[in-house]
Amino acid sequence: MTSEKQDELKALALRVREHIVRLSTDGGCFTGASLSCADLLVYLYADFLNISPATVDAPDRDFLFLSKGHDVPALYGTFAELGFMPKERLANHLKANDSIYWHPNRAVPGVEFHSGSLGHLPSVGLGVALDNRMRGLKNHTIVITGDGELNEGSVWETVLVAAAHKLSNFTLVVDRNHFQANVATEDLIPLEPLGPKFEAFGWAVQRIDGHDFAQLEAAFGALPFAADRPSVIICDTVRGRGLPSIEARADRWFCNFSADEVVELLKELHSQESTTLTSETLTVR
Amino acid sequence: MIYEELIKETALADDRLIVMTAENRALIRNLPAVLGPRFIDTGITEQTLIGAAAGLALRGRIPVVHALATFLTLRAFEFIRTDVGIGQLPVKISSFVPGFLSDGNGPTHQAIEDVALMRGIPGMTVFAPADEADMLGMLPQIWASPSPAYVRINTRPGTYQHAPFEMGKAEVVATGTDATILVYGMLFEQALIARELLEAQGKSVGLINMRTLKPVDEAALLQVVQAGGLVVTLEDHFQTGGLYSILAEVLLKNELTAKVLPIALNERWYKPGLLSEVLEYEGFTGQHIARRIAEKLGANPAAITTKTAVVENQFAE
Repeated sequence: MTSEKQDELKALALRVREHIVRLSTDGGCFTGASLSCADLLVYLYADFLNISPATVDAPDRDFLFLSKGHDVPALYGTFAELGFMPKERLANHLKANDSIYWHPNRAVPGVEFHSGSLGHLPSVGLGVALDNRMRGLKNHTIVITGDGELNEGSVWETVLVAAAHKLSNFTLVVDRNHFQANVATEDLIPLEPLGPKFEAFGWAVQRIDGHDFAQLEAAFGALPFAADRPSVIICDTVRGRGLPSIEARADRWFCNFSADEVVELLKELHSQESTTLTSETLTVR
Repeated sequence: MIYEELIKETALADDRLIVMTAENRALIRNLPAVLGPRFIDTGITEQTLIGAAAGLALRGRIPVVHALATFLTLRAFEFIRTDVGIGQLPVKISSFVPGFLSDGNGPTHQAIEDVALMRGIPGMTVFAPADEADMLGMLPQIWASPSPAYVRINTRPGTYQHAPFEMGKAEVVATGTDATILVYGMLFEQALIARELLEAQGKSVGLINMRTLKPVDEAALLQVVQAGGLVVTLEDHFQTGGLYSILAEVLLKNELTAKVLPIALNERWYKPGLLSEVLEYEGFTGQHIARRIAEKLGANPAAITTKTAVVENQFAE
């Protein structure tokens, strides 16, 4: 990847993070999980996926399913920046007269399916991948899961079934930000060694830095990793990435900042110098 | 014609139809060779089965999913509600051995809250055919509809010549002034016998094959209530949430009341055994039903002495 391209994606990701910070007030949102997958979503929609505002219904488009739906602010920000939805629509966050809320839904163009309950979209994506294969399409069906989401048994059902069906057009992406809602994953339900788990289930695995655009390009560009196996890309990420004052903190899952804090955090995105936060910490939503 | 032939013919005529199963192939054993990739067995994974069906439906397919009623409606309930229900997707659920049809399996396999659960999902349609012929008459319209659908599969042979199926309409088998039996699914054959036994005692007894539980045929229920006799709700389901509850909802909505005898499973699972044993033990043979109704009508139940034979269930899964 050229350095110009990297700079372009970094600038886009910064603007997406600004949207996430602005959505983290007046009711708030799942800021930390949104920031961990921002670079991933920016890379996918700006550079990899065969989908654009003009082709959201094209039968042969690439399909991306956001199974860890609470990180949807990163998707809203990406969609607003890339013209899938007007930026002004983000002002309707949590307003009942629109459908911009804490989890994705199909009233937002580009959202393939609703999510929120964890462990669902791997199976829905499996169905879509089966259909795409029956149609003889060469497109991608990609499902992004959280790492905490891997606690759900239904994910592993689908991992077994996709391997049994040799679904090489099906890719799971794990946003491995090392935290579930309130606790570090390894302190609650340890997932490591995660790559070998998937390998043991018959998947082809790559593990990368999910904030490094060159690594994202190298991994996604190599899909499918095997001709007769589904692929998984484990993206090591940092929860809260971009805001040093909340990065990798177990207590900053759901954030509802004051208006003044949002001003300071927007500066922090650019300066990378921590701000002092006094707003209430919410660990349950 | 049997179920497998019907779904095969439908699938061969319409490539949107996908036959899916969570390794429950009793009704569709010969289809893998015929349908190739349009036969999808996910193994014993009811949640993934339903999620994948939702994904296929998103792409314009009509998935017909097969598994045991209890595992589909209980294990995969949230997937049916959240993926199929919120998505309003045309996933067609063929629910195997519902109600008494799981006979000897025991309470783990007794789907006797399925109607309550499925009708609670917005947009879900719910069907319970009386026998195989009734079911084969209903399925083409159910599969052709854009709605998600739950069908209590019933392959039992019947003797009654059913009227053509009309979506959302009950089948009025007979009208009566003393009592009317409202029934759905496999108990229809026992209800027919019960009606004959009561008629032989000089009672005028109506019989309605509900067929569709949601959307329910409200007009048919109101006609029965307005006729004024005893209304019997007969079902192999918990007393809560099924036909008795549906009738109560219709009555309240229309500011009416009625004398109702619910024959259902009240706060209990049934005693497992061969189907004939179950019906006898639980009091759901034609004779038992007739006696319970006679008693409620103030007649002499002991006058009804004819024993009823029950054809055993043909499935052991």
